[in-house]
Amino acid sequence: MGTARCPALGPTPTPTPTLGPGLVVLDPGRLTTVQDLGRPGHAHEGVPPSGALDLPSHRLANRLAGNDPTAATLEITLGGLAVTLEGPGPARAIAVTGAPTPLLVGGQPAPLYLPVGVRPGETLVLGTPGHGLRSYLAVAGGIAVATTLGSRSTDLLSGLGPPPLRAGDHLPLGPPPPGPPPPGLDVAAAASPAAAGTAARPSVVALHPGPRPDALAPGGWETLTSAAWVVAPASNRVGLRLAGPALRTVSGELPPEGMATGGVQVPPGGQPVVFLADHPVTGGYPVVGVVDAEADLARLAQLRPGSVLRLAVGASPPATP
Amino acid sequence: MTPGAGPVGTGGDAGTGVRIRAVGAAGVLVEVDDPPAAALAARQFAGESGATLVEVVPGARSLLLLARDPADLDRLRPRLHELVGARRPPGAGDTTPEPLEIPVRYDGADLHDLAERTGLGEDGVAATHSGSTYRGVFSGFAPGFCYLEGLPSVLALPRLPEPRQVVPAGSVAIAGCYSAVYPRSTPGGWRLLGRTAVEVWDPERRPPALIRPGTAVRFVPER
Repeated sequence: MGTARCPALGPTPTPTPTLGPGLVVLDPGRLTTVQDLGRPGHAHEGVPPSGALDLPSHRLANRLAGNDPTAATLEITLGGLAVTLEGPGPARAIAVTGAPTPLLVGGQPAPLYLPVGVRPGETLVLGTPGHGLRSYLAVAGGIAVATTLGSRSTDLLSGLGPPPLRAGDHLPLGPPPPGPPPPGLDVAAAASPAAAGTAARPSVVALHPGPRPDALAPGGWETLTSAAWVVAPASNRVGLRLAGPALRTVSGELPPEGMATGGVQVPPGGQPVVFLADHPVTGGYPVVGVVDAEADLARLAQLRPGSVLRLAVGASPPATP
Repeated sequence: MTPGAGPVGTGGDAGTGVRIRAVGAAGVLVEVDDPPAAALAARQFAGESGATLVEVVPGARSLLLLARDPADLDRLRPRLHELVGARRPPGAGDTTPEPLEIPVRYDGADLHDLAERTGLGEDGVAATHSGSTYRGVFSGFAPGFCYLEGLPSVLALPRLPEPRQVVPAGSVAIAGCYSAVYPRSTPGGWRLLGRTAVEVWDPERRPPALIRPGTAVRFVPER
């Protein structure tokens, strides 16, 4: 008995290269970024919180797509996004929330604020929103790009996270969640973001004084909380730059101190900046008030340049010891 | 409410040199007399972070505490003075015990200019800069960029009138009363003394920033 003859195995077959299920970017629009809940907890190391600016819309999109709120969505600034779902894999639920844009799936109009099934090979196209600024696209399974410090968010200030989308990008998707999206969603209340403020009907958010309202010259607080502020074109994910009457401060530059999202800083030029998620973690110009309600921060996220904003005096903060 | 009447939501305590200012409903800015107090308090509060505090952010003379919600902050309030104003022996606990050593090749683009401005000569600038022990006070500008106090006053010069478009990663630089290491290539207006090969920022490392508020640092000239 001889030993068994092994047949020649031949060369190892090369697997067909595949990127796996994902979204292929045909057109990123003006600015589309990957966002989740951000990377809070690292400010002492110089890391901004980042994350979706309109968190309620981000969460809603994920719920509709059957995802956990921590799944990454696409934050689309002023529409214009076109992406194709690539297989392999089953059809996936998607949902678009936030600023209402015309939505085409496979060439057919599709509803916003509702789960929509998309088959591999089909293309999603978002038009320009009629009002508001930022729309959110969730895909079942979530956008599964690599994490940095536990988050997939693009931070435009510090450069952490994936760069803004470019044509030709392939965004991997996570495994789709089991089962259908949770039933019984009441999305009516959250369906439409606050209309972009106009001079006739400005957006209003609550402003809490602090930490340094006393840095404003006499009358400054009254000016800040009564003026019709116009959102300036230089606004971005770092902050909303407001144009209006010049505010004067009495303290000038301070030893740099920590700053919170929603903080209203008054630089020497007197035109306030409201910090959004990609804000610097410390700064030396006085922060005189804070917009801290999540719903208010979401309103700020939906204001286009030229929108009109009023900062109404919020409830007084609790007494300190 | 007129802030002109006084800082809103401010509590004062002359005995501990601590002032507390409200930052919205779930945050406070605690002003302290000296940065070591802020760094010490930050380390004490670090035990709370994750559970109740979202951020503990030292400033140059302050500590920002951001809680998850107002109720979490309220639970901490009774302990704020105790934690921030804690009496301690001088020098104890305000920095890491052993200074972190950062090797530096003193050949920066501004070294010659600094040598002339200060009259110290290039070797003198290097010797002066490396002769001090520094302490991380606060972070800002970029991930891993920590402002270090302890700069000898002879080297205290304002930022460059025109910032550079590109400052190489690892640049060891000074501005005002601070020194710092640029974690990566960015624009910057600080005066460049030299370079280190040490990576002060690595997002894969835990913690990612090598120099943080409270970290003691010594710069060691490379031959």
